[in-house]
Amino acid sequence: MKTENQKAWFFVLPVLLLVAFNAIIPMMTVVNYSVQETFGDNLFFWEGLTWFEQLLNSERFYNALGRQFLFTFLILIIEVPLGIAIALAMPRKGFWVPVCLVLMSLPMLIPWNVVGAMWNIFALPDIGLLGYTLNHVLGINYDMTQDPIAAWFTIITMDVWHWTSLVVLLSYAGLVSIPEAYYQAAKIDGASNWSVFRFIQLPKMKNVLTIAILLRFMDSFNIYTEPFVLTGGGPGNSTTLLSIDLVKIALGQFDLGPAAAMSLIYFAITLLVSWLFYTLMNREDLNTEGER
Amino acid sequence: MAKITLSKLRHSYMQNPKGPEDFALKEIDLEWQDGGAYALLGPSGCGKSTLLNIISGLVVPTEGKILFGDDDVTSLPPDQRNIAQVFQFPVIYDTMTVYDNLAFPLRNRKVDDAIIDQRVREIAEMLEVTDMLGRKAAGLTPDNKQKISMGRGLVRDDVNVVMFDEPLTVIDPHLKWKLRSKLKELHQKVRHTMIYVTHDQTEALTFADQVVVMDLGEVVQIGTPVELFERPAHTFVGHFIGSPGMNVLPCEMKDGAAFVNGQKVDLEGPLKAGMSGKSEIGIRPEFVSLGNKGLDAKVKKVSDVGRHSVVEALIGDLSVMSIVEGTLPNKGDDVKLSFQQNQTRLYRDGWLATEMGGAS
Repeated sequence: MKTENQKAWFFVLPVLLLVAFNAIIPMMTVVNYSVQETFGDNLFFWEGLTWFEQLLNSERFYNALGRQFLFTFLILIIEVPLGIAIALAMPRKGFWVPVCLVLMSLPMLIPWNVVGAMWNIFALPDIGLLGYTLNHVLGINYDMTQDPIAAWFTIITMDVWHWTSLVVLLSYAGLVSIPEAYYQAAKIDGASNWSVFRFIQLPKMKNVLTIAILLRFMDSFNIYTEPFVLTGGGPGNSTTLLSIDLVKIALGQFDLGPAAAMSLIYFAITLLVSWLFYTLMNREDLNTEGER
Repeated sequence: MAKITLSKLRHSYMQNPKGPEDFALKEIDLEWQDGGAYALLGPSGCGKSTLLNIISGLVVPTEGKILFGDDDVTSLPPDQRNIAQVFQFPVIYDTMTVYDNLAFPLRNRKVDDAIIDQRVREIAEMLEVTDMLGRKAAGLTPDNKQKISMGRGLVRDDVNVVMFDEPLTVIDPHLKWKLRSKLKELHQKVRHTMIYVTHDQTEALTFADQVVVMDLGEVVQIGTPVELFERPAHTFVGHFIGSPGMNVLPCEMKDGAAFVNGQKVDLEGPLKAGMSGKSEIGIRPEFVSLGNKGLDAKVKKVSDVGRHSVVEALIGDLSVMSIVEGTLPNKGDDVKLSFQQNQTRLYRDGWLATEMGGAS
């Protein structure tokens, strides 16, 4: 006979406390700020939904949001296929496996601000390896502090360099879990390389790819440190992503109210898009589960 | 469709094999007749899967040749050999429907759509999966998945051979016999050459017309189930087939007669010439009876296995199994064991060394 008691709640308590301090309380503080105007001396005035209205009517916000979506879109369409391609090309067994895995992990181990600083120097037109090579060896006019296209090229390349490995490692994990018999059967069935990819490898990678795309979406949509260190949002506002703009408003202009409203909308968008991704990518699974 | 010939086949998984112990397959010469139902039987690690993969082209043998009919296919890849293989674990294409799964091998070979449709429906009918054709293959039960794997092997009507690599491993016991009899039935319908690899004697003996028994990379005996049971060519076959396996008793040879523990045993017939080495008597428990004449023994254990009982008796310190129906002795009783003479064989160094017939 089982006795009912409520002791289990105690096991949840530590997590609850932790989440309260690192998520719920800060979040509620933001909600609190978002409906008030702040002055010095801790003076607060109730503003209602003014900041939200203002924000949703501001061109600056939509521009930053647009740049944010463009950035995320570009890195996803480059990193996901590239990551899968690299994973497919990696050896499945033998001496080179650990070597490849370590090499792949290296970029991800570097702190974000260091990545930004590294690429900043790398891209300098006069002494940076990349900048110098482009300008003086290949004769392409490249200066990311002057030219928005060059600046975009640099932040995209940097993100691809930094994070494609994540897609590679997750796809690789999916690939090595495919039993040899699948490849043998496909050979006997006369399947082409494309069919093997389309009907064996891709379906088996689907779950890890969902995770990879979600992680890359969330991380790139919230990216701050690397582009901030690399371009600082410039030249002009050309690389001012939503996160960079948010920090400018919150800490640069110290407009806590509008910044708080912006964070909440930012958060809502991230959540919504992640949910959409997840639901769309799992829809097929749910269908087949239902038939069992 | 053609006869398959394996000629002087040897295979090693090492780069530079030196001695015979480096070979997973040691010198195999075999012929598979067109349309036959064969089983490849042997314990795990005896090389049967290697042999299968060599026939299918997934493994290229170190030495020797494979002929389909008169064509040398030794170096051809699997898709050009026109063979089909069903694996231990069901291989299905998850994202496709059952219909597309079955049609896949034909579509890859650019077969006409109308013919594909006809073949798929025919095979689905045989496998009793017609009502599942429109469903996603991912949601099927393991036995249905394995049926689809088999279906993909059978759907092509021009295959030289369909090979099964322990296909019932993941199937629930109560569905095993069902799929097995289905397979037998299918063989009679489609008449492709089929090779069925297994370590399970029941599966091998029920499916096949001819069983090839392998051990340690060698073919030990090829024969019908009855031949394997009655005249094992090697003590290994005697052990491996039958439950309990054949009694193998070390014996001494004096003037052409065999003695077990000092008592004379009559053999089925004359000795083959030119054989030497360790001598053993082989007799199946089915042909050992308890009575009032024969070899002196003491009953060690009596176990009831259902339809009959197995009596284990000791001649000296040699244990002998006997299958007994009717009255049973008690543990510790002194009994006399008689061996049915025409089923009593002599083995030298493991190989059969007596001729059939002779005085009885």
